[in-house]
Amino acid sequence: MEVFKKEFKHCDVLTVKGRVDSATAPQFSQALDAVTESGRYKIVIDMSGLEYMSSAGFRALLATQRICKRYNRGEVVLAIVPERIHEALELAGFTELFKMYNDPLTAVGSF
Amino acid sequence: MKTVKFSADFQFLDEIREFVGQFAGENGFSEKEVYSIQLAADEAASNIIEHAYAEVKNGELEISCGMEGDILTIVLRDHGKSFNPDSVRPPNLKAGLSERQIGGLGIYLMRKLMDDVKYESTANGDNLLTLTKRRG
Repeated sequence: MEVFKKEFKHCDVLTVKGRVDSATAPQFSQALDAVTESGRYKIVIDMSGLEYMSSAGFRALLATQRICKRYNRGEVVLAIVPERIHEALELAGFTELFKMYNDPLTAVGSF
Repeated sequence: MKTVKFSADFQFLDEIREFVGQFAGENGFSEKEVYSIQLAADEAASNIIEHAYAEVKNGELEISCGMEGDILTIVLRDHGKSFNPDSVRPPNLKAGLSERQIGGLGIYLMRKLMDDVKYESTANGDNLLTLTKRRG
């Protein structure tokens, strides 16, 4: 699992590639925390290269969403969510907690 | 039944998913069903590794896969602390962001993805978690 960050004027795009499970979720959390700890709260998660995500990954997203939405200072949005992962997010009741976009540039433009 | 022993460590989740996914795929489950089965097994195994073997270093997790007619059965056996998933409250999916509970999500997913989830504690101290799913 790899996470790459790209900073834009109004937000950060985190591209996550590979599989997020209980083994790799701490690394994913670390990347999310690095963004919020630097005082940036508008985050696009580019999931185009994401093969798999378990509830460990969902929890990391939820924790970060709470931090970002506090005081209305920002939010986490998802871009190019793979079909299988979208189904799991739906099952977990997460699709109403995150805006989703079909491409990262539109997501960036939304901020 | 096909049985493999895994060390109770998160680093083996890849192999666990590979094992159950391969078996399910070979037995006629669709790509979508295989993903669901892998996810359910992952959630089950992760809970066992985290809770049953919380204070244990060399725990072992034995996973068996079997097919009877259209029904897949996966059994996860561990020798750790008894952890009954029935004791965990399901998450409230109607709760707002700040009220949404973080724990219990894995078990909830497991139950939604599989047809049935049964937990039992055997006489010799083993824990058995049985997941079943009918081919669609």
